[in-house]
Amino acid sequence: MSALRFEPDDKYNAFLAVCKEPKGGSGKLSGIPVAVKDNISTQGIETTCASKILKGYIPPYDAHAVALVKSAGAAIAGKTNMDEFGMGTSTENSAFGPTLNPRDTGRVPGGSSGGSAAAVAAGMVRMALGTDTGGSIRCPAAFCGIVGLKPTYGRVSRYGLIAYANSLETIGPMAANVSDVSLLMSVIAGHDKHDATSQDRPYTHTPSADIKGTRIGIPQEYFGAGVDPAVAAVVKKAIGRLEELGATTVPCSIPSMEYALAAYYVICTSEASSNLARFDGVRYGPAVETKKSWHAAFQDARREGFGPEVRRRIMLGTFALSSGYYGKYYAKAQVARENIRKDFARLFADVDVLCGPTMPTIAFRLGEKSDPLSMYLSDILTVPVNLAGIPAISVPCGTVQDMPVGLQIMGRPFEDERVIDVAYAYEQGGQP
Amino acid sequence: MSENPPADAQVVVGLEVHCQLDTKSKLFCGCSTDYRDDGPNTHVCPICLGLPGTMPMINKKVIEYAMKVGKALNCEVSEESEFSRKNYFYPDLNKAYQITQYDKPLALGGYVEIEGDDGKERKIRLTRIHVEEDPGRLVHMGNAERGRYSLVDYNRAGIPLIEIVSEPDMRSPKEARKFLNKLRATLEYLGVFDSDKEGSLRVDANISLKGSERVEVKNISSYKGVEKALTFEVTRQKNLLRRGLKVDRETRHYLEARGITQSARSKEQENDYRYFPEPDLRPLRVKSWVKDIALPELPDARRERFVTQYSCSLNHARTLTGELKMANFFESVVAQNKDACALAATWIADTLTGELNYRDMGIESVDPAKFASLLALLKAGTITDKSGVEVLRVMLDEQHKGETVETPDVIVKRLNLARTSGDDGVLLAAIQEVIRENPKAIEDYKAGKKGALNFLVGQAMKKTRGRSDPGELNTLMTKALSGLE
Repeated sequence: MSALRFEPDDKYNAFLAVCKEPKGGSGKLSGIPVAVKDNISTQGIETTCASKILKGYIPPYDAHAVALVKSAGAAIAGKTNMDEFGMGTSTENSAFGPTLNPRDTGRVPGGSSGGSAAAVAAGMVRMALGTDTGGSIRCPAAFCGIVGLKPTYGRVSRYGLIAYANSLETIGPMAANVSDVSLLMSVIAGHDKHDATSQDRPYTHTPSADIKGTRIGIPQEYFGAGVDPAVAAVVKKAIGRLEELGATTVPCSIPSMEYALAAYYVICTSEASSNLARFDGVRYGPAVETKKSWHAAFQDARREGFGPEVRRRIMLGTFALSSGYYGKYYAKAQVARENIRKDFARLFADVDVLCGPTMPTIAFRLGEKSDPLSMYLSDILTVPVNLAGIPAISVPCGTVQDMPVGLQIMGRPFEDERVIDVAYAYEQGGQP
Repeated sequence: MSENPPADAQVVVGLEVHCQLDTKSKLFCGCSTDYRDDGPNTHVCPICLGLPGTMPMINKKVIEYAMKVGKALNCEVSEESEFSRKNYFYPDLNKAYQITQYDKPLALGGYVEIEGDDGKERKIRLTRIHVEEDPGRLVHMGNAERGRYSLVDYNRAGIPLIEIVSEPDMRSPKEARKFLNKLRATLEYLGVFDSDKEGSLRVDANISLKGSERVEVKNISSYKGVEKALTFEVTRQKNLLRRGLKVDRETRHYLEARGITQSARSKEQENDYRYFPEPDLRPLRVKSWVKDIALPELPDARRERFVTQYSCSLNHARTLTGELKMANFFESVVAQNKDACALAATWIADTLTGELNYRDMGIESVDPAKFASLLALLKAGTITDKSGVEVLRVMLDEQHKGETVETPDVIVKRLNLARTSGDDGVLLAAIQEVIRENPKAIEDYKAGKKGALNFLVGQAMKKTRGRSDPGELNTLMTKALSGLE
């Protein structure tokens, strides 16, 4: 229908590809430009996962979520920057340069959906699709001061999402406010016959700010060691505001939390080592040297094409799955995961949602986290949700040093509506 | 070396059989499986190419077929099974992993009954049956080692396979062949398998002499090949032992054209496939479904029925039911000639099978109606057995050359094959002629030499070109000779 012009002033390196004249149609999202994270397949638009190994790859098909967004009338504005293959918490691990945080260009936007978050935060697009494997939507939403929802696993089809860790990740909506997140969610949720893990649970919700009687659990682990006291204070204040709005709070504990990070990194690297094996230079990306034998050629292509963080995770996962170590790592991680799931189920028998900070700190400075382990540790508050497959949203709830802080609201499986409502209530009545 | 087994040690064979299930679409996508006459990479989609972001969806028909096979082979179909990824790098492996079943296969146990080398029915136990996808195919320009390049064809990628793994229960290459034949027959009866399709069956065989190391022969792609490869291995391994050498545990390839096996380059170390459950597929639960899986009549039941219903001999029944098409052919012939069961059994199991094999033709090229009318001519005594064979050969040759196949009636008339009989004078004339031409034999006969009569009857038979009945000719000849005395 409408022919748009989209030429953002991208001072933040938020976009890897821009569609200058995106076509929209009619529908719920008519005329709205939507940015899409570069690990979600878009027909005819280069999709690289911010990796050299996929440079030049133009998918011949649309991801299910993209097809839905298009058929709702939205215009695909471009592909957003990210940590290579979603591996990172800062969007510094992009092969095409880091994205800068629009709130402070000396800081990272968070990751791995940092490009999507920055594009929204800078006002270049109204909405964006991100993906969340261990917090990749919520973290940049928190760091950039926008709203991001990680839906229940299975609620949004993953078909077309270039897999990093299948059992953990999901596509989700990002926008400046809860209503837009809810609107985008209503377009992308639902069953897809191409995704065997997708559920027939459409989302037709309109956010409601009425949270009277909602019981909110406050896990002590979300305010423990490693969480910046200033961030904790802002989040506690936000939770106090929710109480004023009619919710009651209950202190609680997730004992399995201490294993969450370890389990998460074993599972995501294991799955990644398998998922990324197909990038061998035979079918996409820079062509392999054909004069060499197969395995030598694959090795060269992968050494050249993958960045250091991706190589590190592939090696970790390969090790964790190898015979003799499978039982020691992968199988154990699955047990830990099951315990986390059970812990959440136990808590959700008593409370409707859980609240805490999204990230333990505000956005770090570019280059600040130079060793991988300290970067991994910053995922501690987001990964349990992915292990359990439950929904969680990050909504801005104040600032520390002028940088935004995110309030994370986690809910029961398939109660995405409820976490949206709590976020909406805070957003509408948050500032007293 | 003293612990080496004796050179006449017992042969132990176990098979891993990959069969392509004959579904219309592939295992994880909607692409057609009917690619054999089409160009490379014409039956592909993002899913079976393994493009980034694609996900597998299970084709229910494949699972239904696999469960049928499980039930038919007396396996226990697992209420819950699971798909796993088998990770390895190979240019024709689109995702760099194959989706297969590992520690939770669809079916466990079971057996296949065969006629053992001792003539007794034997049960060959099965370990498991699992479902998996076929990878693509490489076409080497030149050869794999020194070719200039290789091309990849993904038409085959995603074709549904089942792998049937047997216990090491076979005691000879011949038993292995019988096992495969029975397996093929069962799969065909189930309507889940087309053995005519190229590459529809591939076998890895494990063979050892009792007490000695096991050798795996990989990628045998024909029924005959299995018996040949194993026979070669038995001889090779026995020879090694006879010379006091030991059999190495190794993988060997079967070279079809030369009928030998050849050591595959020994790998530096065992492949680690890093199996783990496929995260994109949920466990397969078939508890209520498996009960609804109905089985058709299977080869053993049909063989028994042929014995009781048509009074076939056990041997004939076995041959006739060994292939679905053969069994169906027999029954449609018999349906048109109800009182010619015995004749039909002999003629199909022995004569027709031999003539078809000689011409490398399949039973489907024979029209049951025409064959039935040939049997009718035989039954009515219109032609002799010998002429019957001649008529059959004419029919098959016409079919082979792509000509219109004449009816047996027309052929009999055209070639003047109708049986002569005593009163049409032809036989008597022939006999008189033979008597005239063979005075020496007449003398011998008169001198009491028994063989002379047979010779004379034979000569007369020749003159009637097989149209006469040997018994009748014998009587007539004896009568004519007695007239001479």
